[in-house]
Amino acid sequence: MRVTVKLFARLRDMAGTGELIREVAAPATVHTVWKSLTAEMPSLVKYEGAMSMAVNAEYARMAAAVHDGDEVAFLPPVSGG
Amino acid sequence: MALAAITPDPLDLQALTREIVDGAAGDGAVAAFTGLVRDRSQGRKVRFLEYEAYEPLALRALGRIIDEASETWPGVRVGLHHRIGRLEIGEASIVIVAASVHRAHAFAACRYAIERVKQIVPIWKHEYFEGGEVWLEGAAADPDDEKAKLAAYRIACA
Repeated sequence: MRVTVKLFARLRDMAGTGELIREVAAPATVHTVWKSLTAEMPSLVKYEGAMSMAVNAEYARMAAAVHDGDEVAFLPPVSGG
Repeated sequence: MALAAITPDPLDLQALTREIVDGAAGDGAVAAFTGLVRDRSQGRKVRFLEYEAYEPLALRALGRIIDEASETWPGVRVGLHHRIGRLEIGEASIVIVAASVHRAHAFAACRYAIERVKQIVPIWKHEYFEGGEVWLEGAAADPDDEKAKLAAYRIACA
């Protein structure tokens, strides 16, 4: 199945893109998508303990299920205001 | 005008205040907060900032903060607009307006809202300073973190 991955701020800079498409095997979780991403971009791993995740623009945990067509976002620590 | 907004346009505190105060016949207080781009940050001379947002989630997070404030202080109404894109020194990055029957809740809700923005809204500052640039990173956003929520409440009521 296919998911759209969104990356922001420094994660986006490190990956060189803010949006990419990943093929992952079902059943998948946010963690599955992250593993598939970091397999290609190991420099992103250091964010694992400090980032937030979202599925279809709702905050989600690593264990959350991901379905075909979903948008999965990885968010570095925020700094708005 | 929406009470929660993410916009590349200059913020309008007066318009948001009018929106909040409109029909506020029972209210005796309105408090406002405006956040500005500073020319210095951690010893660096700042040239300008670029704010980036995950817009659909950021908008939901602003709405969540408005709901939290009205649950915490019944009757309080909060408006929250955050600007994104390139901002020059002295420009407003965020405006918050809170109205209530009495001043204590208006001030508290306003302070609570800015603390929660810094905790859970997916917006990032990219600082361009003399000699380089850096992404600022604060809190790992977790809206269900009750300790963070309580910390914001304590600051608001200090």
